[in-house]
Amino acid sequence: MTALLEISGLAVRFPIGGGLFRAPSGHVHAVDGVDLSLAPGEVLGVVGESGCGKTTLARAVLGLVVPSAGQIVFEGENIAVHNATSRRAYRRRVQMVFQDPYDSLNPRKSVFQTLAQPLRIHAIVPRGELRQEATRLLDLVGLSPGADFLDRYPHQFSGGQRQRICIARALAVRPKVIVADEAVSALDISIRAQILTLLRKLQRELGLAYLFITHDLGVVRSLCDRVVVMYLGRVVEEGAVEDIFTQPRHPYTAALLSACPVPDPTIARARRDPPLSGDVPSPVNPPPGCRFHTRCPVAREICKLRAPEPWSGDASHRAWCHFADEASSWNFTGAGGGTQR
Amino acid sequence: MSAALLEVDGLTTHLFTDMGVVRAVDGISLRIAAGEAVALVGESGCGKSMTASSIMRLVRPPGRIIAGAVRFEGRDLMTITEPAMRALRGGKIAMIFQDPMTFLNPLMRVGDQIAEAVMLHQGLSRRAAWTIALDALKLVRIPAPDSVIAYYPHQLSGGMRQRVLIAMAISSRPALLIADEPTTALDVTVQAQIMRLLRDIRAELGSAMLLITHDLSLVAEYCDRVYVMYAGRLVEEADVFSIFRAPDHPYTRALLRSTLGPDRKVVDFASIDGQPPSLITPPSGCRFHPRCPERISRCAEETPPWQATARGGAACWLLHRDANDRPA
Repeated sequence: MTALLEISGLAVRFPIGGGLFRAPSGHVHAVDGVDLSLAPGEVLGVVGESGCGKTTLARAVLGLVVPSAGQIVFEGENIAVHNATSRRAYRRRVQMVFQDPYDSLNPRKSVFQTLAQPLRIHAIVPRGELRQEATRLLDLVGLSPGADFLDRYPHQFSGGQRQRICIARALAVRPKVIVADEAVSALDISIRAQILTLLRKLQRELGLAYLFITHDLGVVRSLCDRVVVMYLGRVVEEGAVEDIFTQPRHPYTAALLSACPVPDPTIARARRDPPLSGDVPSPVNPPPGCRFHTRCPVAREICKLRAPEPWSGDASHRAWCHFADEASSWNFTGAGGGTQR
Repeated sequence: MSAALLEVDGLTTHLFTDMGVVRAVDGISLRIAAGEAVALVGESGCGKSMTASSIMRLVRPPGRIIAGAVRFEGRDLMTITEPAMRALRGGKIAMIFQDPMTFLNPLMRVGDQIAEAVMLHQGLSRRAAWTIALDALKLVRIPAPDSVIAYYPHQLSGGMRQRVLIAMAISSRPALLIADEPTTALDVTVQAQIMRLLRDIRAELGSAMLLITHDLSLVAEYCDRVYVMYAGRLVEEADVFSIFRAPDHPYTRALLRSTLGPDRKVVDFASIDGQPPSLITPPSGCRFHPRCPERISRCAEETPPWQATARGGAACWLLHRDANDRPA
């Protein structure tokens, strides 16, 4: 399996304070040495709590922030050293869908204008076929008949419909990867199910790969093939969704899963209290050793001193914990390994 | 059923806007027994928060409560005087909201804010109120409460602010806690801490809770009974185990199928088509009928009556189906 997108040693730092003549007083290490890869057609979930760096990771992949270190290689090319022309080609390959469909559409542009702009810039279709292509895109995302929607403005649409327009705009340039940052988090549950159905259909029909950034583990379980768990700017565990949800090998993953509510009263009431207390430490001065040791229910002396080497299980399952081998004896449970429904 | 702490009957609140009359709450009836945890579930705009505001008589223009009765501990909240109502709010009935920062004064120390509420409701001196504030902060398990009591809200994280708000709510030992999406803005680990805290405190004080939420997973874990709301009306009521095992209303069924948990992989998201209707011109008959996969001809014509069942009740024509009905 060759990777479509390969990220290695990625770091993004933001200076704090400072000014014209003053040096910054410190740095926020938002993303601090992340490796990951995305295969063609794969759905990769990136999960973690607020402030773990998942959105900054997405923005770095999209070229919206400049990494302070590391490489982002797309189809064999390092995008950090791109010139303007190859950057435009990259943008055509990697598109984005954001959380808030109200903020991400220009209220003064009709749907046709919104969709025509990328089509024109990237010369996807001849000028005479713009309307036809825009109609096709709307039909593709379930706004059909598309022709009826072309001349409307964003305020005439509901949140779910706007998110469909955002998806159509992303698809206009025929990308291979879609970076979706909390793309369904702001939507109501019945609408969220519609958008997830659409995302899954598009992935199958167009062979798209998704980098799916979310805090919602329920969505990850049902939509993603693989998942990366982040904590304080680093990856703490990665692997196939089924492996990680049934036997997490990092105590943070296990804690996240056991804090995530389960829509089944019998299972929910049989669970133990979640082991995590306190808040995430500041990414300005992250704890030494394993970054999770300050909140970890199974931390020992070595965790404060040395950052863990990755534990590798079968297939692609990796966890950065000194005691990943003991995972089955941890007394806080994950989400449990239910079957498909 | 034990004597109800809160009884709501035919509560109807409309918003008189320039665009027309929004039927936000349209004949809601519910009851909560002492110590019980009850959920009011629905999607945004279904009227669940407006129901809570109406119970508390906090509806502002253009909204107006136009019908219904609300009885709390036997008193009719629709007819008592405004000062009596004010004494009840934050006293015997306390509220917690989604965004703690909106309800905390940024210029006041958290201790003073809690103490002020205590002084107001219990008529205590500042010194005595400060002691109760400190006890309340201890009860919500804030680390180092002696220092935090003198903090300003901006010095606290989101989870800590929500704890302060809970401390304020429980300082009067309320009989009923109305929690409107109390954890929606928080991370899951913090959400679990706050929800368990609420559960433990309620057990200690014997308070009942009305949890207003869109998240059925939270309901599964923390509530005894559920009311499901759609487009201003109740569609189903049941104890939490029955409703998750076998929901009676097609809307509840669809909501449950669309609720994704970390415990299993859902292959078919089985989404509900369309979107919630306008409450200015709601659909005829059952308001869910345009989106309902199981609708029959009657659903568009007549409003289904509330049908009480052994475990609660539902408003759906499928419960009354006879030989004359045909699929629509």
